[in-house]
Amino acid sequence: MFKQTLHISTSPHLKLGVSTDDIMRNVVWAMLPTSAFAVYAFGLSVFLLLVTSVVAAILTEHLLCRWSGKESTVNDWSAAITGLLLGLTLPPAFPLWMAFVGSVIAIALGKFAFGGLGYNTFNPALVGRAVLQAAFPAAITTWHPAFLEGRFTDIAGSTLALPFMEPTYDAVSGATPLSAFKFDGVAADSADLALGLVSGSAGETCALLIVLGGIYLIARNMMNWRIPVSILLTVYVLSGIMHWVDAEAYPSPVFMLFSGGLMLGAVFMATDMVASPLTAKGVVVYGVLIGLLVVVIRLWGGLPEGVMYAILLANAVSPHIDSALQNRVYGTHKKAKAV
Amino acid sequence: MNKPTDKSGFFAALEDSPSADTFLRGLWKDNPVFVQVLGMCPVLAVTNTSMNALAMGLATAFVLLMSNVLVSSLRHFIPKQVRIASYILIIATFVTITDYAIMAISVELHKSLGAFISLIVVNCLILSRAEAFASKNTVGQSMLDALGMGVGFTFALLCLGVVREVLGSGSVFGFGLFPDGFQNWIVMILPAGGFFTLAIWLLLFNILKQKRATT
Repeated sequence: MFKQTLHISTSPHLKLGVSTDDIMRNVVWAMLPTSAFAVYAFGLSVFLLLVTSVVAAILTEHLLCRWSGKESTVNDWSAAITGLLLGLTLPPAFPLWMAFVGSVIAIALGKFAFGGLGYNTFNPALVGRAVLQAAFPAAITTWHPAFLEGRFTDIAGSTLALPFMEPTYDAVSGATPLSAFKFDGVAADSADLALGLVSGSAGETCALLIVLGGIYLIARNMMNWRIPVSILLTVYVLSGIMHWVDAEAYPSPVFMLFSGGLMLGAVFMATDMVASPLTAKGVVVYGVLIGLLVVVIRLWGGLPEGVMYAILLANAVSPHIDSALQNRVYGTHKKAKAV
Repeated sequence: MNKPTDKSGFFAALEDSPSADTFLRGLWKDNPVFVQVLGMCPVLAVTNTSMNALAMGLATAFVLLMSNVLVSSLRHFIPKQVRIASYILIIATFVTITDYAIMAISVELHKSLGAFISLIVVNCLILSRAEAFASKNTVGQSMLDALGMGVGFTFALLCLGVVREVLGSGSVFGFGLFPDGFQNWIVMILPAGGFFTLAIWLLLFNILKQKRATT
């Protein structure tokens, strides 16, 4: 008898040799400038916020793996990314205990309950944030101004609220450009928006650094460029049309692009590899859908910002987009229906 | 049942007795909420406080018990063709009694439960017990079945209600658990919190069941 040396495996047979860990590590590198700027702009409170959410995410992942008898998947960096992303979407003076709760929910309910990395229907960080938004609507919409004096030595009062206790806010609080526009009709300067000289969630203010991180990932072929491009283009075109129709009531497209969490969401969240569609056509539909929802929620919805809900909704339909827009199998006829 | 058991005495006797099995099935193995996932409307809608959950559970258990007994005792007289309509009439009778009883006991409670008392009539748990059990078994057996299911349903509602009230209002049955300044988790009082809590309980129950099956 001859020894069987035949390898049986499913396609794809040609692999790039880039592992999940590599990609995830690079995503962390790409987010570092944004995180560093967040700490620079908002000081010690944001540093503690980011540390808390990352540590809570890693801890939850590790404990859940251990508890369910699996090998710990902490080393693939995905939990760290979820924690960091969640921290970046939270207001700068957000109570640390709430961030901790959010991280635990993001990992436990957003990811682990679905089966871990690769099975999550939704972007886990956004699941965590959505729960926090629904549970603590006051805390998550109380913004802290950027570039305060003494931000590297003082911690905002609300940051250190005792667990399960209501935070007390400092007298100073700032409005985000989006809420300022929605409720007071004041549009912020575009240059300030791009450079991040405004108030907002910890990591969403500096659009330029986010774009830089995105370009790095696209250049290394670790992110599908069609997703951010189609989201941003849709938002730009739609809000451009609305602005052209009525410049008084609707903000300029540049304002729409650079304000709020759109950049952060389009570059780092909508591109979640698991929760976005697979085909090139599919991701464009997915991106257009997100852009459309963002514009609709921002211009006509009750909330000033809608990137989170837009992405979560698009995540929910992405399997359907996939099944509706299958690639034609090579060699088959155009009309042949994909199963 | 020939399980390899090392249990003895009371529990062994319980497992072997068919009556006790009828009763206990509703509590654990066939729990109406955590296993059969029946009657989700009240489970999600009126478990925002422990009191509402308890009242709803007891009201449903009462209707279940009375209708099971009546359906079972009338099972030879109800023609097959109109049985569902007859069951619904029987159930509706007891729901109306419950409705007025709750209003007499506490108007406040009646207000907070709202339309969900009348909606007990369409609770699929009650109809399913009438159709699947009471119409085929003796009065005594049906009573035991209704008691088990009713207690199981109340237990499940309380599981949700306590968690939601502790996180949503910082209290249990209206008694505050925390010092002043507790941060209410608004989501827990909203319907979304009901879905979250139910999902987590289902998860825990399934893990427990799997653990039991493997050991």
